[in-house]
Amino acid sequence: MQFMLLFSRQGKLRLQKWYVPLSDKEKKKITRELVQTVLARKPKMCSFLEWRDLKIVYKRYASLYFCCAIEDQDNELITLEIIHRYVELLDKYFGSVCELDIIFNFEKAYFILDEFLLGGEAQETSKKNVLKAIEQADLLQEVSHHEGSRFVD
Amino acid sequence: MALKIVKGSIDRMFDKNLQDLVRGIRNHKEDEAKYISTCIDEIKQELKQDNIAVKANAVCKLTYLQMLGYDISWAAFNIVEVMSSSKFTYKRIGYLAASQCFHEGTDVIMLTTNQIRKDLSSPNQYDTGVALTGLSCFVTPDLARDLANDIMTLMSHTKPYIRKKAVLIMYKVFLKYPESLRPAFPRLKEKLEDPDPGVQSAAVNVICELARRNPKNYLSLAPLFFKLMTSSTNNWVLIKIIKLFGALTPLEPRLGKKLIEPLTNLIHRLVITLHRASVEKNVCLIGLVLPIVCVCVCVSNAVLISLSSGMPNHSASIQTVPHCLYVSLVTVKYLGLLAMSKILKTHPKSVQSHKDLILQCLDDKDESIRLRALDLLYGMVSKKNLMEIVKKLMLHVDKAEGTTYRDELLTKIIDICSQSNYQYITNFEWYISILVELTRLEGTRHGHLIASQMLDVAIRVKAIRGFAVAQMAMLLDSGHLLTGNMQRNGICEVLYAAAWICGEFSEHLDDPMQTLEAMLRPKVASLPGHIQAVYVQNAAKLFATVLQKHEGATDSQAAQDTSQLLIERLPLFVQSANLEVQERASCILQLVKYIQKLQQKDVEVAEEVSALFAGELNPVAPKAQKKVPVPEGLDLDAWINEPPSESESEDEKPKAVFAKEEPKQSRARHIEVDEKELARRREARKQEQANNPFYIKSSPSSQKVYQDAPGVEHIPVVQIDLSVPLKVPGMPMSEQYLKLEEERRQKERADKKKKDKKKKKREKRGKGKRDDSGPESEEDITPAHQVDIVTEEMPENALPSDDDDKDPNDPHKALDIDLDKYVPSAENTLHKVTVCMLHAEKQGDLSITRHFLVFLVPLLVQKSLKNKKKKQKKEKDEKKKKKRHHHHHHHGDGGGGDSVQNGTVEEEEEEEPLPVSRFLPITEQKNTVYDIQGNLQDGSQVVVSVIFENKSNSFLKSMEFNVLDSLNSKLQRPEGASPHDGLVVPFQLPPGVSNEARFVFSVQSIVMPQKLKGTLTFIVKSEDSSTHEKLDFKLHFTCTSYLITTPCYSDAYAKLLESGDLKSSSLKLEGLNMPFHHLLARICFHHHFSVVERIDSCASMYSRSIQGHHVCLLVKTVSS
Repeated sequence: MQFMLLFSRQGKLRLQKWYVPLSDKEKKKITRELVQTVLARKPKMCSFLEWRDLKIVYKRYASLYFCCAIEDQDNELITLEIIHRYVELLDKYFGSVCELDIIFNFEKAYFILDEFLLGGEAQETSKKNVLKAIEQADLLQEVSHHEGSRFVD
Repeated sequence: MALKIVKGSIDRMFDKNLQDLVRGIRNHKEDEAKYISTCIDEIKQELKQDNIAVKANAVCKLTYLQMLGYDISWAAFNIVEVMSSSKFTYKRIGYLAASQCFHEGTDVIMLTTNQIRKDLSSPNQYDTGVALTGLSCFVTPDLARDLANDIMTLMSHTKPYIRKKAVLIMYKVFLKYPESLRPAFPRLKEKLEDPDPGVQSAAVNVICELARRNPKNYLSLAPLFFKLMTSSTNNWVLIKIIKLFGALTPLEPRLGKKLIEPLTNLIHRLVITLHRASVEKNVCLIGLVLPIVCVCVCVSNAVLISLSSGMPNHSASIQTVPHCLYVSLVTVKYLGLLAMSKILKTHPKSVQSHKDLILQCLDDKDESIRLRALDLLYGMVSKKNLMEIVKKLMLHVDKAEGTTYRDELLTKIIDICSQSNYQYITNFEWYISILVELTRLEGTRHGHLIASQMLDVAIRVKAIRGFAVAQMAMLLDSGHLLTGNMQRNGICEVLYAAAWICGEFSEHLDDPMQTLEAMLRPKVASLPGHIQAVYVQNAAKLFATVLQKHEGATDSQAAQDTSQLLIERLPLFVQSANLEVQERASCILQLVKYIQKLQQKDVEVAEEVSALFAGELNPVAPKAQKKVPVPEGLDLDAWINEPPSESESEDEKPKAVFAKEEPKQSRARHIEVDEKELARRREARKQEQANNPFYIKSSPSSQKVYQDAPGVEHIPVVQIDLSVPLKVPGMPMSEQYLKLEEERRQKERADKKKKDKKKKKREKRGKGKRDDSGPESEEDITPAHQVDIVTEEMPENALPSDDDDKDPNDPHKALDIDLDKYVPSAENTLHKVTVCMLHAEKQGDLSITRHFLVFLVPLLVQKSLKNKKKKQKKEKDEKKKKKRHHHHHHHGDGGGGDSVQNGTVEEEEEEEPLPVSRFLPITEQKNTVYDIQGNLQDGSQVVVSVIFENKSNSFLKSMEFNVLDSLNSKLQRPEGASPHDGLVVPFQLPPGVSNEARFVFSVQSIVMPQKLKGTLTFIVKSEDSSTHEKLDFKLHFTCTSYLITTPCYSDAYAKLLESGDLKSSSLKLEGLNMPFHHLLARICFHHHFSVVERIDSCASMYSRSIQGHHVCLLVKTVSS
């Protein structure tokens, strides 16, 4: 996978993860173009489109579009499955996730994504394992937070 | 200090956190930019504070702003600061920010190397995890080189969480630093059988990605993958593996035979599911199953090809796939089309029967579907249906909205028609008219494509030239219609082709005068420069034709009028801003003026004028130039002149710092060349040029050479009887050809029928049973014109080469490493037991980077014992070659001879007989993998962790590990134990299981290499018996294995060298022919050095031992 974008129906970017090194300028250009293209598509159209030399796989959940770019030889349906799996993970973590959860806790959304995908490849297919890793890392964070605040007090 | 902290915490209360920022932005919808700029100012203030919590908060906010599109590269250094916080909370934020905004150009990345290395070896697995995740986003070639070793070590971490991340990130490392693939591969392979399914699937992922690009190097893994395929229950892994086999089967036919059974089973199962799903219109199920079927079908197709035999279930799947098209859900429709395009390659017939369905898809609202359908059409055309399909496409072109799709259609039409050298075109007049019709598209960006097609057809199909010229003349005449779109590659490009064709083949023109007039209209001056240039040049050609036509005729008025016309119109072009146009125009203008003078004197000029443009141009293949074989004796890489002196760059090298400098080798001697020799060479060159058809000679006879060239006359052009009148009034309509074609075929069929009755001979071809009313078969359709497509010229004895299409920039090309070759060098690695690498890592805390070594695989060792000895010697040579070791020790005792010692010790090892036979029976059952960790906290302790793997079918228990202590190194045993007692390994090994145990050694001196002998005793318990077994092994700690990869900056390095505390020695190695960077990579990898600075073929390297000895190394190539 080359990159993953999350954006709202209004075209506001909510999350971006790039697995290929690109300059900010290129990233912005690609994002703008893709958001436009995807938003212009009607709801009953299929989830795949060919764009430049990439394949774009996207899916809409409520007001959020999840959009991935994969290479020619990659499998579209697996990518769709990855998107869905990620949504499920978010849902489990936040408890019926909504766009606002992602806006306000965007770093958590990133952490979950990082536990699920690494370098553009799915690293863990088990939902349970991903959530476990996140919870433990969060716990670690809480502890160090706690220590930190006690130190300040 | 306390006050500062309190102050910091008070400040923090007023700081905005991320939530406040997001809320703030949402509340300031109308003046968002202004609000954010004040926020950024606040953040800048926060970053200036010492409190890391404040900084982390600021960085977190910046990450959010970065997503909104604001530049935060200015804060890169602060991000690094937060990354290096010891608290996980902040570290996490730091790495997140880095992964979002660092890229290869970010210069602070090089500051992170140490920090990342530290985090990678952190005792906290989440620290390591976060570092790995971050690294995966911003790994650069430098980082990859420096950290490859550390990450490789992590691949054998005890925690599966780390292992799987390390395995996945290795792929990124390979891409950035291909040299790491070879050493890392054995371990990667090992991970395919990792007990943790996550790690296993990660390894499958990585190897599949690698193998997909360079499948042939991974053939040897096929049995392993086969095992995985039959045993894996994870669909994600399954899909990957099947895809991998798809790439492997064409290379190894035997694999196909083996695969066919499991695959048929799988397909059979899936097809049943799929069939049921499509009958029940269960869209979800179809969606789930279809991709696997697609992949399987593809693979089994490859299998089929390699076996060239049928498979019953296979046809079932092909019948099922088209069913999906009736399902309304677009996604499934898309996948159905996708599947069909894959099937098409091997079973074109079964797809062709669904032509109508696919054509229907062209009407779909969804562009993705339409594009897929177009792709399919490309593969479906035949001589029979080409015209029909293109007609449908032309209709779509007319009603298509959106230029992108229309352009796509246009290119597809051209692709479809021109594929495999116009194989399917039976009537080129039809094709020309299609091209002409396409010029009427508005706003297309493919003018150039159409133009090149026109040129190609007109040049290569001689029979069509008359018709083409007539059409082009018409285009030129209505040229003003096409000039609306002036952009580059716009439709006006076709005028370029039109003008050239009309000029070059002007003998076919009915009324050259009229065309000439059209080409010189004032409006032409608004065309792009390169087109005008062609206009001017071809106007001259036309002029020559007109002259020739009127020559000899009684009234010379027409010819003189033509000259006059040119003289009137050309000045317009002489004034052109385009240099090319101007030059050509003024040249031709003068020529015409001169001709006019001659004409007025009634001199016959036509002959001479047309001689200007005589000769025919042959099409030359685009690759022709590349394929000209290099003449014997010509070395393209040899210097023509003396290479520039390298003395300047040599001076920059810090050679003065080193006490002993090798006397400089005398440079390759300057070859004295005298005048005679030069003259001789000149003569030889001339001779060569004369024989070289591609050399443009200075002699004026070049035209003649063309004419004399054999070939042109010999190209057999069959004269044709045209069933279609050449002159088509008005613009051609391609549709009429369809009708004509139909009629023609009908007639032909009728003719044939008659012939059939007459000639029994024909029956053979018609297979005797041919039903006349039935659809005609492919070969029965004869082209309307007996067309001869001139093949593009290639130089004589051109070298055939297949690599033409490979993209040299493909990053995966570097990874095309033949890993099978690795087997001998794998033994080298295995054998590194003898060079046992002790890899220690400087650490604040107790975690240690580990280096696993595959240990003792005597089967392999025995098989290639001779082989290896050679190899080993070679490798040792490599190590020594061209190296000058300068070992420097702060405490100068005994350090001087290190490097030499290192070398000699290794040699000794070589002489030692390997106890192969004794190991053999045992290691068939067991495989032991080493991991030795130096503990830096205590500079005299080493932790060796050993992975025991039971490869036998028996149960292993009661393992005891014992090492014969030496004076210098001792195995640490529990208190009270005697120095000869073994340590009990705290686990048992069921068959196929591996586990790890750690042993601590204390080491006195690390300035000398060590060898420790040891034994492992264990009980092998099989069903009926249990035996006591013993496995001997050796642990070798060489000096370089005590080194830790430690980066060093060049200023610190220079200071170190200047300090004079270092001792030095040097060593020269010869007979080495390995690229320098490769050599460096080896030294870095195997001996834990890091490159400080590299200038051409000279590099300074640095490393330090676990006890803090500095080791500086200068490696340089001395040209012999």
